[in-house]
Amino acid sequence: MMDYQFNTADLFFALPELFMIAAIALILLLDLFVSERFQNLTYYLTQSTLAITGYFAFNLIGESAVIFDGTYVLDTIGSYFKVFMMVFSIVALVYSRHYLRAHNLLKGEYFILSLLSVLGMMVMVSAHSMLTIYLGLEIMSLSLYTLIAIARDRAVAVEAALKYFVLGAIASGLLLYGMSMIYGITGSLDIGQIAAFATGANLNSEQVLILNFGLVFLVIGIAFKFGAVPFHMWVPDVYQGAPTSVTMFLSTVPKFAATAMLVRLLIDGLGGLQAYWADLFIILAILSIGLGSLVALMQTNIKRLLAYSTISHIGFILLGFITGVVEGYGAATFYVLAYVLMSLTAFGIIIALNKQGFEADQIVDFRGLSKHSPWFALLMLFVMLSMAGVPPFIGFYSKLFILQQVVSAGYIYLAVAAVVFAVISAYYYLQIIKTMYFDDAEKEITVTAPLDMRIILSINGALILVLGLMPSYWMELAISLF
Amino acid sequence: MIALSDYLILSAIVFCIGLAGIFINRTNIIMLLMCVELILAAVNTNFIAFSYYSSDVAGQIFVFFILTVAAAEVAIGLAILTLMYRNRGSIDVDVTNSLKG
Repeated sequence: MMDYQFNTADLFFALPELFMIAAIALILLLDLFVSERFQNLTYYLTQSTLAITGYFAFNLIGESAVIFDGTYVLDTIGSYFKVFMMVFSIVALVYSRHYLRAHNLLKGEYFILSLLSVLGMMVMVSAHSMLTIYLGLEIMSLSLYTLIAIARDRAVAVEAALKYFVLGAIASGLLLYGMSMIYGITGSLDIGQIAAFATGANLNSEQVLILNFGLVFLVIGIAFKFGAVPFHMWVPDVYQGAPTSVTMFLSTVPKFAATAMLVRLLIDGLGGLQAYWADLFIILAILSIGLGSLVALMQTNIKRLLAYSTISHIGFILLGFITGVVEGYGAATFYVLAYVLMSLTAFGIIIALNKQGFEADQIVDFRGLSKHSPWFALLMLFVMLSMAGVPPFIGFYSKLFILQQVVSAGYIYLAVAAVVFAVISAYYYLQIIKTMYFDDAEKEITVTAPLDMRIILSINGALILVLGLMPSYWMELAISLF
Repeated sequence: MIALSDYLILSAIVFCIGLAGIFINRTNIIMLLMCVELILAAVNTNFIAFSYYSSDVAGQIFVFFILTVAAAEVAIGLAILTLMYRNRGSIDVDVTNSLKG
């Protein structure tokens, strides 16, 4: 510890983060001084920052190093996750701009806070010490709380921010309590040393007990961040209350960070206790899939419906980690990728229906969409069929890979339950399709989304089908990350 | 000489008070923030005790970071609370519960 020597060459491995923090500082200053006329400047600078950071992260794929005295790690999974996060953040911000314009929320702060939360996620992804994980988590969360409250005249948005804040703070507290226990028994914050301790053969029963005590709190903290039942209370309220563009961001990119946190803490760190945390995950996963599928049946608000749908997808992701094999972890990562693609498209279409002063967030707002805008209706059809798990869409393969792994790990009852609930959840996905195609619109629907958003949304929707036609490449990539 | 377990028991008690306060408290959101602070205080006690008894400074450094983050967190929390009061005219837990489904 004391003989740590700072090595300037190490900075190269943290280039994406360093570039981003410098860019954030610069954009923050510029945004303050440029006049209203160049309002778009902040937006374009933000997008180019994300693109360049993604490029740096892409160039670092294949490198691996543990730097800064073991607090930061660069490895393949981290670099891939960063690239994915950058790409999806860019897409999310393209969609967000239309929404922000329509609701007079287009301010520089929005983009700076988005960048800051992405920075926090990058720190989480590359963390190799519990301290770094915690700091990344807080950078991300604090920016997200503020991002939700950015619609400060809307009582529901502020309420959503408050609920997310209070529950997020409790979750951080529980996570920290677990970390303190793990630190106490292993004597180190370093993930590598924790792993060495937890896989050690000569653990006595008392040590295992304390490790498990800490482990439970870590799992609760992670479940909170994922929004898994019974720690899902914030998800529907926040999804419904937050401005739709923030909901979209919240439901997509942070899922990568949460997965990374899970991988770092539970697989890299406490992989030796896999049998113990898998038991906890079984409860979380099956409750999430069940509650997410059943409660969504009664929703009339599409954002709230997608929140419950998210909860059930989270259940599937957690199922992948129960298996305890590399293929299972890969299947879960593939599911995260598929889910983020679907969720981005779904929220993108909701945002496309927004226009000046009109908030499209009810299912009835989709009535007759197929007549007025057949292309967007078709994309929404793709998303809904994919989420329901209909082949040949990507959502089918992601569910298939997970269930294959769950069955081959011997949890047949889990697979059966998951399939039953997936069939139930198909009802509400099909209901939306019915609303779009067979109900008549009460009022004229005009889609005012700008051209760039239409193009990216189309590509995004088409990817759900295209990736579904060739899922094996991505599945192999996901497995190779572990 | 105070044993390590004494510190741990103390912090466990403080932690439980904080957690219980969050679930029992149904009136004021400021109280929720105070309970969160209690949880963090318990965590800090844990870290310092472990750090002292294993003569490893990392735990104490962690506490500095927790203190800093907690300060930032409260600043943001109170800002959101101010917005809440401006929008609803109250910071009662009951009043701030319109999102349901």
